[in-house]
Amino acid sequence: MATADRPRLLVVIRHTPYGSGLARASLDAALAAAAFDQPIQVLFMGDGVLQLVPGQDSSAIGLRNIARLLGSFPLYDIEHVYIDEEAAGRLGVDPSKAPLPTRTLNAAGIHALMDSCDHLLSF
Amino acid sequence: MIYSLLIVASPVSGHGARTAAGFALSAIASGHSIQRVFFLDDGVYCGTASAVFPQDEADRLQPWLQLAREHAVELVLCVSSALRRGMLDPTEAERHEKAAATVHPAFCIGGLGQLVEAVNQCDRLITFGG
Repeated sequence: MATADRPRLLVVIRHTPYGSGLARASLDAALAAAAFDQPIQVLFMGDGVLQLVPGQDSSAIGLRNIARLLGSFPLYDIEHVYIDEEAAGRLGVDPSKAPLPTRTLNAAGIHALMDSCDHLLSF
Repeated sequence: MIYSLLIVASPVSGHGARTAAGFALSAIASGHSIQRVFFLDDGVYCGTASAVFPQDEADRLQPWLQLAREHAVELVLCVSSALRRGMLDPTEAERHEKAAATVHPAFCIGGLGQLVEAVNQCDRLITFGG
């Protein structure tokens, strides 16, 4: 796939899964970019790491299950997914139990990742 | 420089949407170009044709109309954000059998693909709100 000429996009997800519409909007944006063959990476940062809590059940609040949506990322070839190590530790999120495979990044790693991308879509 | 803007801020809460419109007008005045503004989440409320603002407050719609009419800036509301907020153009109102359109004709309703396209075509993408 000829993607070398396309800008590298990083979607930064900072919102809790069910606290606002932005969580869903950010995932939809990531999926849309992937569907258009955009080279894309995704970073769960700050409160956004709570989207990776396993075993989510949103049926009682009438919203679509975010974890299930995240589980579809590999089907869209979204393979570069990162999690903010400090936030995951602070909020008790175990990356090894997340609904999709992630790589943990410390603050320096996050800085380097952002530096390596052409555009940030931050929600 | 070519800018694209992503607006996730509501026009009636906080300053993000107002700052975005001011940035766009200033950027154009400084010789830059703004091709497309994409409105997502609560940002889609910027396109409402039916909001009535108090006389002592700024009209939130007017700067966007100026951008569209005087500078041919494309104003796109995300379709999934817009529909669930009752932001309908005549086509969507008819399709979903709703009483009236609520989106100003200066705005169009489109998919997230238009955001991706804007990202590909600009030098800088700037997000307001979130």
